[in-house]
Amino acid sequence: MNAALLIFFVLAGLAVIGALNLVLQRHPIHSALSLIVVMVCLAGLYLLMGAEFVAAVQIIVYGGAIMVLFIFVIMLLNAGEEERTDFSKLAKIAGLPLALALTASVAAAVAKSGAAVANPTDPAIPKATEQISTMLFKEFVYPFELTSFLILVAIMGALVLAQREKK
Amino acid sequence: MIDSITHALAQNAFWIITIVKVILLLVIVLTVNAYLTWFERKLVAHIQARWGPHRVGPHGLLQPAADGLKFLFKEDPTPAGVDRFVYYLAPFLALTLTLTSLAVIPFGPDPINLFGQKIYLWISNPDIGLLILFSITALSVYGVALAGWASNSKYSLLGSLRSSAQMVSYELALTMSVVGVLLLANSFSLSTIIEQQDNAKRVGFLGWNLFAWTRNGVMFPQIIGFICFFTSAIAETNRAPFDLAEAESELVAGFHTEYASFKFAMFFIAEYTAMITVSCLATILFFGGWQSAFPDTPFWQFTHYIPSITLIPFGLWVIYDGLKYETIWGKLVLPVIGFVMFAIGAVLLAGIGVAPLHAVNEFIQPVFWFTAKVFVFLFFYVWARGTLPRLRYDQLMNLGWKLLLPVSIANVIVTAAVVLLRSKP
Repeated sequence: MNAALLIFFVLAGLAVIGALNLVLQRHPIHSALSLIVVMVCLAGLYLLMGAEFVAAVQIIVYGGAIMVLFIFVIMLLNAGEEERTDFSKLAKIAGLPLALALTASVAAAVAKSGAAVANPTDPAIPKATEQISTMLFKEFVYPFELTSFLILVAIMGALVLAQREKK
Repeated sequence: MIDSITHALAQNAFWIITIVKVILLLVIVLTVNAYLTWFERKLVAHIQARWGPHRVGPHGLLQPAADGLKFLFKEDPTPAGVDRFVYYLAPFLALTLTLTSLAVIPFGPDPINLFGQKIYLWISNPDIGLLILFSITALSVYGVALAGWASNSKYSLLGSLRSSAQMVSYELALTMSVVGVLLLANSFSLSTIIEQQDNAKRVGFLGWNLFAWTRNGVMFPQIIGFICFFTSAIAETNRAPFDLAEAESELVAGFHTEYASFKFAMFFIAEYTAMITVSCLATILFFGGWQSAFPDTPFWQFTHYIPSITLIPFGLWVIYDGLKYETIWGKLVLPVIGFVMFAIGAVLLAGIGVAPLHAVNEFIQPVFWFTAKVFVFLFFYVWARGTLPRLRYDQLMNLGWKLLLPVSIANVIVTAAVVLLRSKP
């Protein structure tokens, strides 16, 4: 087994364990911490595929900024442990088959895509950052800018709501 | 037998060299950390017209060792009602993340040739060095935030709430302020950013990104970017005057109120390591990294003896100071230290014509300039702490969002415009 494959299994295993822990933990902070583990592991997987820029952005944006806000809100609300309720009847009956169906469809899609894993030693890889910026600011510039406007509108909406409450 | 051993060593040379480098860097950084606390206490004391530590060893030089021992032997109680896992995780997180950031810092350009191996003065030099540093900064907020939350104490929680809001706010200005440098360098790699400032070889310190005097005489000074960077970096490392997370006059000790013994020391080491990392980063991004402050022309060759010429008078002064020191230990130890400094300086100066000594002198040039600049920034850190009053929380937020962020965005726009105009034929 080569080193890259070993690192892949360690990271993927950690990500799966983190994701399971996220659902199973009863305290919101512990769940948020598990989510950070998942994010960091995913960043490691991106790094393994040679997507350095995406890996770094994954940690900076998701692992850093967004999860810090999550934790900030949880701490601010001083949320305690959740109480377990009985699962809904629908989940009891349809839960397992639906989960299996989802797994099967994802697995089928992955299997169909073949071995589309990038080779980190590929000389084209170091320019990954350039590729992303060309895509973002040339090919997809309109969707990109529109998305940022959408986020701006959302922020302004939140501001308006917060201001109204103050009066 | 010996052949097979050397063969095995040569095959695994990369790993062996890396492990040795990691251990060496850890030892050096932790020692520097320890003496940084001494330096800070001494400097702040002199700013406030006090003596500072001067009981343990001559000039208090053994104070860091005494402090370290004290931390190790102190009782380490765990307060009631803490979230045990997170409470123990937080100091580890804070320390490991800040120490990891040192792995991507290049300290010098020239490799040492030893046993047929090229040993570079960095542990790793990835293409996205700067992004890795920023992602570590983004994660390091968890150490502080989780420590306060897990402690089950009001003061701690307030401290960590403040610091998470502060770090998220200042991260924006911090990242924006370096974009100007990135535009000039066209790379995220820290060593490329330093090499791009190589006009310093022609015009000296004017070639640093701070002034950015390029070959065709166009200037894109990043002074504004630097001021924004350093201000937000001080806030990001939770240091005075932005140390609202600790704010001992309001919150006892803020996020680490409930931590004692070595867990407290881990937060302390993390804070000082973060200071060193930020100083290294400021040096690399804006002050030319290992580039000398003087041009590399034949006329300026004499500046290569600045390290040795500064060591000689300093060594002589330490000898003089030691001879008139009050205690016996000081009279014995200080002159020896001074003589060693004097001897190193004298040997380097005498080695002008001697080939191996000359090579050593040339090799230490970049390392000398790098450490000298880092030291200046560490001095600034302590100076700011000694002289500036702590900001109020609303002032802190106003400064970050309403001043630093817009100014650094304006800096990006102007730099981008100038770079674009220059690249047009």
